[in-house]
Amino acid sequence: MLPRTSSPFLESQHNTGWIMRQVVLAAIPGTAMTIYWAGWGVFANIIIASLTALTLEAIVFLLRRRSVLFYLSDYSALVTALLLGVALPGSAPWWIAVSGSAFAIIIAKHLYGGLGYNPFNPAMAGYVFLLISFPLPMTQWPELGNVDGVTAATPLEFLQQNTTLSMAELWNGEILPFGPHDGFAWINIAFLLGGIYMLARKIFTWHAPVSMLVTLGLASAFFYDNGSATSQGSPLFHWFNGATMLGAFFIITEPVTSATHPLGRLIYGTAIGLAVFIIRAWGTYPEAIAFAVLLMNFAAPLIDRYTQSRVYGH
Amino acid sequence: MNPPPISYRELTHNGLWKNNPALVQLLGLCPLLGVSNSVVNALGLGLATIVVLVCSNTIISLLRHQIPTTIRLPAYIIVIASLTTCVELLMRAYTYELYQILGIFIPIIVTNCAILGRADSFASRNSVIPSFWDGLVMGAGFLWVLVLLGAMREMFGSGTLFAQMSLIFGEVVNDWHLRILPTDIVTLAIILPPGAFICAGLLIALKNEIDYRIALHKQSTAPIHSGHKRVRVTGHI
Repeated sequence: MLPRTSSPFLESQHNTGWIMRQVVLAAIPGTAMTIYWAGWGVFANIIIASLTALTLEAIVFLLRRRSVLFYLSDYSALVTALLLGVALPGSAPWWIAVSGSAFAIIIAKHLYGGLGYNPFNPAMAGYVFLLISFPLPMTQWPELGNVDGVTAATPLEFLQQNTTLSMAELWNGEILPFGPHDGFAWINIAFLLGGIYMLARKIFTWHAPVSMLVTLGLASAFFYDNGSATSQGSPLFHWFNGATMLGAFFIITEPVTSATHPLGRLIYGTAIGLAVFIIRAWGTYPEAIAFAVLLMNFAAPLIDRYTQSRVYGH
Repeated sequence: MNPPPISYRELTHNGLWKNNPALVQLLGLCPLLGVSNSVVNALGLGLATIVVLVCSNTIISLLRHQIPTTIRLPAYIIVIASLTTCVELLMRAYTYELYQILGIFIPIIVTNCAILGRADSFASRNSVIPSFWDGLVMGAGFLWVLVLLGAMREMFGSGTLFAQMSLIFGEVVNDWHLRILPTDIVTLAIILPPGAFICAGLLIALKNEIDYRIALHKQSTAPIHSGHKRVRVTGHI
């Protein structure tokens, strides 16, 4: 006889574990590029963050009396730890990665009800917690490509502190864009490739990342004056610096914390792109992805409320 | 109609736990979140609040037949503001450094809704001694949450415990100072207001969990009454 089962009858192969494994796979080139440019400290951070995240996740599931192995195998804690670890400076002491992923997993994820209920992106919440708590170790990036412990300002910090030099003078015309010494551009290109891979595998839709990048480009083009001292950087500069591509394809596309409707995702991405440019250009922090994402995580339920398709018949 | 007799035991339980102004009523959050970044600040503000709350409850209870209902809130505020000013002047005289640290949060006791709330909901309807007792236990309920929050935030934020207690108790207690975390770690996010919200949220969750456990325990030890019997029709039996 035919077995009697209840709906749904068509089962998707795309369960959470599969998606998260694809995300990890897509993040490998960017991660490898970051490690190449910023040193093995980043690798150590990723390992420490992952071990902490997985351990704490297991402990939380034990406390919540859930099946530990079943939930750990959805890889979501690993993705959170990976995204957090990549964002940390390689020279940061070990307790930075530990406390960051502890905050991300316990406070930002499980206290709100666990995967699927978290209003904020756990990795970014952990990152912002660290950035606000420990400003000194969190802003000491080693000079890219020179991993012998020399710290240097990142291009975004250069741009923020600069008041007298023109863009061409600031980087001697050779580093940007896409010079051989422009580590951030290579890291961003690698994350862009990973993002395109995920787009091709239909992990997420194009709306949020494309609208974010377009808005960021338009805003920076609007305020760009061919590189004077008060310039805020060209679109290319903003696209391929800091964590732009990591943010556009790996952070704002997180399904739980972003808007759900395609139109909502367009609004969500646009607002993030605008917020990123505003904070980068006129804010106190040089990098803005984390703040912009958390800000719009707040707004996502509101966007959803106004963009949801009407149910047929209403 | 006579009001039901007042049980002091119930008043105490209400103030310290069941109807705790900080954990359940969520009143007076501004000072609660603003100054709870160390034990000494929390203790200083908590004691000041208790003094104001006890005195205002007593005085308002004495005046309850004289105050017209229509203008009762301004009248209460005048009483509370006078008392707060007294406390402020006293603190300025005897604990000047603590007064400087607490700053605006001392005068802001006037607007602490927990005090106005007790005045309106209890002291204006009850006689003097129950009102005095209610002020004391409500203040104590506020104080213990404030101090616990201060201890949490001081431990995880600055990595110390009982630092600068001499501001209240004089030089005798200088060696109470404990160091929990290594010197170079200061977790700013816990010291700043977000930490206060997170820690207060954790305390509320803890209280709810304890209440839930107690209720569960009572339920499991309560005798089962016969009568209603329902048959389970789904799942394994």
